[in-house]
Amino acid sequence: MMDILIYGTVNSVVFALMAVGFTLVYGVSRLPNFAHGAIYVLVGFLTWSFVHDLKLFYPLAIFLSVCISSLIGALIYRLVLIRLRGLPTSEIIASFAVGLIILEGLRLQGIGGFKGFIGPFYTLPSFIDGKMKILDVLIDYQRLIVMGGGFAIIASLWLFTHYTKMGLSLRAIAQDEQAAMMLGIDSDRAAIVSLSIGSALAGLAAVIILPLGNVVVEAGYRVLIYALAVCIIGGLGSWAGAVLASFVLGFAMILSTALFGAVWESVVLVGAIILILIFRPSGLLGKQKELEERV
Amino acid sequence: MSDGILLQVKKISKSFGGVQAVIDLSLQLGQGDILGVIGPNGSGKTTLVNLITGFVKPGSGEVYFKDKKITGFAPHKIVDLGVTRTFQIMRPYHSLPAFKNLIVPLNSPRIRRTRGGKLGDNDGVAIDILEEIGFERDAYVPYKIASSLPLGYLKRLELARCLALQPEVIICDEIFSGLSMSEIGTMIPLIERLQMDGISIIMIEHRLRELFRLVNRVIVMNFGSKLAEGSPEEVMAKPEVRGAYLGTEGESC
Amino acid sequence: MLSPDALRLTINGGFKFNLGLHGSEKLNQQERRKERLDRGIKVRTEGLYALLSWREMSYLLVPRMVLILGLLFIPLLLDMYWQRVLCVAGVYALLALSFDFLAEFVGLVCLGGAFFIGSGGYIAGLLNHWMGWSPFLTIPIATVAGAIVSTLVLLPCLRLRGIYFAIISFMFPLLTVYVIIALNIFGGTEGITALDTFPNIWADQYLILGAVIVSLFAMRRLVNEDFGLILRSIKDNDQAVKASGISITSYKTKAVFIASLTGCFGGAYLCHLYGWVGISQFAMDFSILPIAATVMGGMGTLVGPVLGAFILTPMSEALRGFGQLRVVLYCLILIGFIVYKPEGLMNYLKRKFHQFEHWEDV
Repeated sequence: MMDILIYGTVNSVVFALMAVGFTLVYGVSRLPNFAHGAIYVLVGFLTWSFVHDLKLFYPLAIFLSVCISSLIGALIYRLVLIRLRGLPTSEIIASFAVGLIILEGLRLQGIGGFKGFIGPFYTLPSFIDGKMKILDVLIDYQRLIVMGGGFAIIASLWLFTHYTKMGLSLRAIAQDEQAAMMLGIDSDRAAIVSLSIGSALAGLAAVIILPLGNVVVEAGYRVLIYALAVCIIGGLGSWAGAVLASFVLGFAMILSTALFGAVWESVVLVGAIILILIFRPSGLLGKQKELEERV
Repeated sequence: MSDGILLQVKKISKSFGGVQAVIDLSLQLGQGDILGVIGPNGSGKTTLVNLITGFVKPGSGEVYFKDKKITGFAPHKIVDLGVTRTFQIMRPYHSLPAFKNLIVPLNSPRIRRTRGGKLGDNDGVAIDILEEIGFERDAYVPYKIASSLPLGYLKRLELARCLALQPEVIICDEIFSGLSMSEIGTMIPLIERLQMDGISIIMIEHRLRELFRLVNRVIVMNFGSKLAEGSPEEVMAKPEVRGAYLGTEGESC
Repeated sequence: MLSPDALRLTINGGFKFNLGLHGSEKLNQQERRKERLDRGIKVRTEGLYALLSWREMSYLLVPRMVLILGLLFIPLLLDMYWQRVLCVAGVYALLALSFDFLAEFVGLVCLGGAFFIGSGGYIAGLLNHWMGWSPFLTIPIATVAGAIVSTLVLLPCLRLRGIYFAIISFMFPLLTVYVIIALNIFGGTEGITALDTFPNIWADQYLILGAVIVSLFAMRRLVNEDFGLILRSIKDNDQAVKASGISITSYKTKAVFIASLTGCFGGAYLCHLYGWVGISQFAMDFSILPIAATVMGGMGTLVGPVLGAFILTPMSEALRGFGQLRVVLYCLILIGFIVYKPEGLMNYLKRKFHQFEHWEDV
C-alpha cells in the first residue's frame, strides 16, 4: 500500500514535469509545442555527449544542455513560428515538423560521420547512487530527487508566475491577449520567453528523469504523448488541471501495474484519454469559455 | 399553443463570471406580433437574443416555443423549430457571391424536410429570395461577391438568410444600425410585409423613432432586467425609462 | 472552374418561396426566373468565355486529360522496382488528398494519417487471416469499417477547438502501437503475415492509380457542391452556419468519415500489396509525408498534394540508404515551403498560368 503511494507520487511528479513545459507554452501563446518531446531527448543526448565525448563535469554538462534547450526553444519561435502567427493550421504543422526534424535527426546515420543515437546504449548516471528506506519502502535516491526536484520546480514556477513581473505578464497574456497587449506587454516577446522557459522545463525534466532509465529516441515520442495526455485530461491551458491530471494518471498507471501487470499501462493511458473525451471533452478543469463568449 | 403565444421567456438569467448580463427577464411573443426590445447600451439585449436562440446557456429560467421547452437547446435545433435571428456584426461568407450565401440555410434539415428529398434548384430559389428582398434593383447584385456589397444590401442579406429557413419567428438584432434614414425607410415596408406573411418578429433597436412605426409593444431593458413594458407611448412616458436614456444618447446613429 | 450549375439548365421542382406575390404576377415569375438564370449563367461564366467553343473547353479538359493519361501511362515506362514505388506513392497520394481536404476545407489538421492506414490495413489483414476472404471483399469492407473506427475515435474532439483534433489524431497511431505491442494482439511486433496479394504487378498499379484518380475527381466535385460550400462556410463563420439551422458537428463528422475512407482504402490496399501487415503501418512516415506533400503541392488545390506525393515518394526511396534522412528532409521541405512559399507549387503555377493566359488574350 505504502509503496503504491510513494511510487504513485513519483510517477505523478514525472508526468507533471513532462507536461508543465507544454502547458506553459500553450497557455501563454496558444502554440502547441510538438517539439517538446524532441527537446527532452535532445537534452538527454547532449548531456551524454558532453559527459562522454567532451569529458565535461556532470553538473556543468547539465547546466549547458538546459541552457541550450532554452535557446533552441527561443530559436524555434524566432525562426519559424513567428512568421506563422495567426494561422493555426500552419502553426500546428510547422511545430510538428520541427519536432520531427529533431527527433528523427537524432537517428541519422552516415552524414558527416554522425553516427545516429540508436540502441539502448546511452544512459545518464544518477545524481546520487544508492537507495534508502522511507516508511518501509525501498526507494532509490534518484526517484527521491525526482520527487523533490519536481515539487521544487513546480513551486518555483508558481512563484515565478505570481510574483515576478515577467511571470505576471505571461499570465496576463494567457488570460486575455488583447488586453495584455494594450497594457504594453509584447506578445512576441512573451512567446519567446514562454518557449524558452517551456523548453528549459523539458530539459530539466529530462536531466532529472532520464537517469532512471535509458536515453532513447523513442522516449521523445513517449514524453510528448504523456504530456499531451496530461493536458487533455486536465484541460488544455489549465495549469491546475495539468497538475491534477498528472496525479490522476500517475496513480492510475501505478495501480494498474500493481494490479494487472505492466503491460496494461498503455491500455490505461488510452482508456483514460477516451473516457475524458467522452464524458468531459474539455478536460477535468478545462474552461469552455471560448465558445460562449465569442458571440 | 396557449392563446396564440408563440415564444415565451420565463425569468431567464445569465451572468458571466460576476457580471449579471440578464436578470430574471420574462417576455411573450404572440402570433403575428412585432415586439420591440430597447434599452441603453450594455443592458443585455444581445445576450437576451443569444439566450433565446441557444447560443448561450441560461443560468436559470426557461424558454418555450409553442409550449415546447427549448431552454438549452443547441442553436441549430432552435432554428430547426423555426426561430431565427440576425447578427448585429455580420460577416457574410466572403469570396462567395451573395446568392451562394443562402445555400447554407437552404441545405438545413428544416428546408430539406419540406422538399421531401427532391433535389431542388437551390440556386434558383436563392435568387428568388434575394429578389423578393430587394436585390433586383441592380440586376447583377445577387451575383456580386458578398463582401463587396454595401451595408444596406448586407442587412437585407442577413434577413434573406433567415427567410430562407421559412421561419416563424425572426429576431432582428439591431438591423437598422449603420443605415441612413432613407435606407431604413425602404426596409420598413419589407418588415411589414414579413409580418403580413405571418412571421412574428422581435426587434432589438436603438433607432426608436423608426422602431415605433413598426411595433405595437415594447420592452425596455436596463442593466439586464426589464424596466417597463407596454405600447411605445406608455413606455416612453414613464420617468424611469427616460431616466435610463437620459444618461446616454437616446438615439444613437 | 466550371461550375456544375452552369450546365444544369433545367429548373427542378424545389419549393416556391411566396413573399407577397399575388395572382397574375405568378404567371410572369416562370419567365422572369428563366431570364434571370440565363443572366446568371452569363455572369458566372464571365471568366470562362463561351461555353461551347472548343478552344475554351480545352482549357479545362486538357490539363485533366494530361493528368489522367499521364498517370495511367507511367507504369508502362518503369521497371519493376519503380513500379512498386509507384504503388506506394499512390497510397501517399490518397493520404495527402485526405489531409488537404481536412485541413483546407474543414479546418482540421490531421497529424495522424498513419491511423487510417493502420486501421484499414489491420482490418483487411485480420479479415483475410481469420476469415480467408479475398481482397475483393476485405478491401471494401476494411475501407468502410476503418473509416467508421477512425471517425468514432475522432468524434469526441469535433466539438472542441481544432487543436484537440490535431493532438488526438497525433496520439492515436502511437497509442495503438503501444497497445498492440503491450497486449501482443493482432500479431504483436511481427504482424500478420501470409496474406493474399494481387495477381500481378499491373493489377497492383492500376488499382491504386484508379483509386487516386477517382478520389481526386470525386473530392473535387464534392467541394464544389453544396456540401463543400457548407464546409467552407463552417470554416469561415460557424456562428452564422449554426444560426442557419445546420449542425456543425454532423457536417464535420461526415467530412472526417469521407477523408478517412481514402486513407483506410490505402491501408487495406497496402496490406494486400505486401502480403502482410504490422505495426509499421502506423509509422510516422504515413503521417508526415502527406503533410509535406500537401504543403509543397499547394493546400486547397487537391491536385497539388497528389502531385506532391508522387514527387516526394520516389525521392524518399532514393534516400533510403541514409536512414531517417528522408523524414528530416520532408520536414525541412515542409518548413521551407510553409514559411517562404505557403501557397505551394500548384497555386503558384495556377497564378502564373492565369497571368500568361490573360496576357495572351489582351
